[in-house]
Amino acid sequence: MNDKNLALNIGVVGFLALLFFLVSDYHDGIIARILILAIFAMGYNLLFGYTGLLSLGHAMFFATGMYGYGLSVELWKFSAFEGLLFALVISFLFSMSIGVLTLRTKGVAFMIVTLMFSQVFYLVVLLFGEHTGGDEGFVISTHGRTLFGLNFVDPTSKYFASLFLFAVVLLGLTLFVRTRTGKCLVAIRENEERAKMLGYDVWVHKFIAIIISGVICGLAGASYTLIFGYAGAAFAEVHYSILPLLWVLLGGAGTLIGPLVGTVFAFYLIDISSGYTSAYLLIVGLVIVLLTLFAPQGLAGELKRRMAHWLQ
Amino acid sequence: MAPISHLSTKGLSKNFGGIQAIRNVDFDISKGQIRALIGPNGAGKSTFVGMISGRIPPTTGEIYFADQNITSLPAHKRICLGIAYTFQITSVFSKLTVHENVALAVRRNRQLKPNDVLEQVSSILDKVGLLDRANSEVRELSYGHQRLLEIAMGLGQEPSLFILDEPTQGLAESEVLEFITILKSMAGLTTILLIEHNMDVVMATAEFITVMNFGEILAEGTPDQIRLNEEVQLAYLGKT
Amino acid sequence: MEFGPYLIIALFEGALTSAVIALTAVGLSVVFGLMRVVNVAHGEFFMLGAVFTWFITWNLGLNPTVGFITALLLVPLAVGSLATLADRLILNRLDYDPERTIVATIGLLYLIQQSTLMSYGPDARPVEPPFNHRIALPWIELGESGWQIYWPWGFGITTYKLAVILAAIVLLWILLRLLARTKYGLLIRATQQDSEMALAFGIPVSRVYAIVFGIGGGLAALGAVLIVPIRQAHYLMGGEPLLLSFIVVIVGGLGSIPGTILAAILIGMSDGLISVFFSPTLAKIVATLLVVFVLIFRPNGLFGKNQQ
Ligand SMILES: Nc1ncnc2c1ncn2[C@@H]1O[C@H](COP(=O)(O)OP(=O)(O)O)[C@@H](O)[C@H]1O
Ligand SMILES: [Mg+2]
Repeated sequence: MNDKNLALNIGVVGFLALLFFLVSDYHDGIIARILILAIFAMGYNLLFGYTGLLSLGHAMFFATGMYGYGLSVELWKFSAFEGLLFALVISFLFSMSIGVLTLRTKGVAFMIVTLMFSQVFYLVVLLFGEHTGGDEGFVISTHGRTLFGLNFVDPTSKYFASLFLFAVVLLGLTLFVRTRTGKCLVAIRENEERAKMLGYDVWVHKFIAIIISGVICGLAGASYTLIFGYAGAAFAEVHYSILPLLWVLLGGAGTLIGPLVGTVFAFYLIDISSGYTSAYLLIVGLVIVLLTLFAPQGLAGELKRRMAHWLQ
Repeated sequence: MAPISHLSTKGLSKNFGGIQAIRNVDFDISKGQIRALIGPNGAGKSTFVGMISGRIPPTTGEIYFADQNITSLPAHKRICLGIAYTFQITSVFSKLTVHENVALAVRRNRQLKPNDVLEQVSSILDKVGLLDRANSEVRELSYGHQRLLEIAMGLGQEPSLFILDEPTQGLAESEVLEFITILKSMAGLTTILLIEHNMDVVMATAEFITVMNFGEILAEGTPDQIRLNEEVQLAYLGKT
Repeated sequence: MEFGPYLIIALFEGALTSAVIALTAVGLSVVFGLMRVVNVAHGEFFMLGAVFTWFITWNLGLNPTVGFITALLLVPLAVGSLATLADRLILNRLDYDPERTIVATIGLLYLIQQSTLMSYGPDARPVEPPFNHRIALPWIELGESGWQIYWPWGFGITTYKLAVILAAIVLLWILLRLLARTKYGLLIRATQQDSEMALAFGIPVSRVYAIVFGIGGGLAALGAVLIVPIRQAHYLMGGEPLLLSFIVVIVGGLGSIPGTILAAILIGMSDGLISVFFSPTLAKIVATLLVVFVLIFRPNGLFGKNQQ
């Protein structure tokens, strides 16, 4: 029905493929990382932007994928492919359990409960420091960085593997949000009581949203470890629950392209500002405050409001 | 031929803290009937239909719909059985378009192709006179148009029991006439339970009237019987 | 002489933790009770309290006692004013929308924390206590040759720590009195009951909000002034009291001040006890899970009445 969105998103992927050849190796490296983190942001966006559930604990889903992959490959010598599958299954089961527990709460309580579950996850990673390497983390050995004959030490493989995963998730979500289920999530965000009185099972839809969101974030975590070869407790910290929120707010909650826009913007903002000061989080804080005050819709959200109403 | 009961309640009561908003109500409505539920403000009408639709859990009593005890069913399951409910206090998706609001209602119960949804929504919007506003955001609509949208969403659900809580409140006179036509066109096919203060609408549409006061049924009867009932006149009609 | 003395020390340290958390958490609780918003930057007000105290005691050339008393009077006021300013500039403009407030105060958290890092630096710095005597405690035990008194037995408590506990009790008592008995307390309670009604009766609701947000920040700072001579001032020190206050406010029932104080005692005491006997990480995991399950299964707190 609305194929402008599909066209736009395919265009973005095509542009990103070209970009590899246009910019320096340094930026290729950064963009690859941004693309994986944008997957994380898209997963977060499905729950926060589309369903209206504000989680402050999504680091736990990212870290589930990260450790699900990293530990299975390092400790049990899974192949990269097996490790990825394992990470996805674990993410699925984990988001299901978190969904069952947290969906008993609403609003502020939901925010706090997700925050605290994530904190417990982080502490558990530290508690089992022998295996997880704690804060220092661990590096993935060669067999865990090779998939389908591609070795991700090579920058080109890194870039295009990241782009491929990003494209799959972006296009998958583009199709998903226009299904009946996807549109119901928006209805729940806008007016939960009304959605219920139209006959939608609100609990089940929220549950589905948490699971899809958790699995996408798990995929992001697992691919990060696969492609960049590292897992560490820093990714389970509160900080990594706040970042996807920042990216999504910045780019535009509830838009498909918003998470990418926000991640790019925030990443380069931090990259540039950390060249001047070690207190680069100051800028993060300032941007968050200004955004909530003056542009709660984010960049893509403002664009949508002003000119491109069709943006999904 | 005895009419088939479509919806009935047995000993339905609701307490809000100390207040007994509904007391032990036995109620029955037959299939395809247009029933008006009237009574002064605070009589308990909204609470009563709230319990039927599942928004409000009853304190005691039972509700039967199409021969099924639905007392313990959650709201969304009742809706799927064919009950539609329009809110007294307008409750729509104000940041979505008019079209999407109705489409959400149309999509729920039936597996329709996107094009069929589009067609359905357009024909419903045409019926209530909102077709030219299909692509506006709901919050840009006037209050009266939002009320009409609320009715359109009910129509979109194609319910077998349609509960309307003061639908004509805030409508212009021409829109009220329009509304009466729509209701009449549904007569016989859909059971309608209409809470209404506008007696012209009630008299023009209702086949049967139930009067509520202080959480109890004060009287029931045909429009003519109710008009002549002295108790009703004292409690309700006398005031207007 | 095995277990008993350590238990006493653990209880004493627990009481100290309880006292400081109670002050900090009550600050979070009054704000939630009134405005129904969660201030994520609350721990940063605590941290500012500690850093300002360091600044006053070291940079104004006062002797430690005078410096400390100056800090005790000025720092809560200064931090309270900053909090009020934040309320005017940010929360008030968000209309106290619960979710947007959380997001904005996360931003505020980074702003305060990182500005401190830039100005005060990354080091932990000590503050001298105004007085600090050791009180050696006697210990009596039934030994082989009858009752024996050990004194001194190595550990003791300091007068300063004891004073902190007493000060917290007095301050909390005063606060409860103020809320219960004064005109301001009445204004606050009326606004809490029904802010629209309060507005209709001419209560300046938005000013009450600003003042209460200031009081909340001031209480966190007060807790920090008292504790900073024992712990050190550091720009990242706000995280722990934030988490503990969160836990306490939730377990005590969101917004209930007596519940908050009770929970502070419970958590403070058990924090001291648990961390003596378990690994601190495990202790934190257990405490956090406890809170999560309270929130999920008893959303009105352990001591609150469960509605529906
Ligand atoms: N959620 C509620 N809590 C407490 N009392 C309520 C609630 N809803 C309705 N009531 C009370 O129940 C009575 C019936 O209200 P309602 O059903 O809205 O009446 P009507 O729709 O006939 O005007 C009123 O006295 C009203 O104050
Ligand atoms: Mg009513």
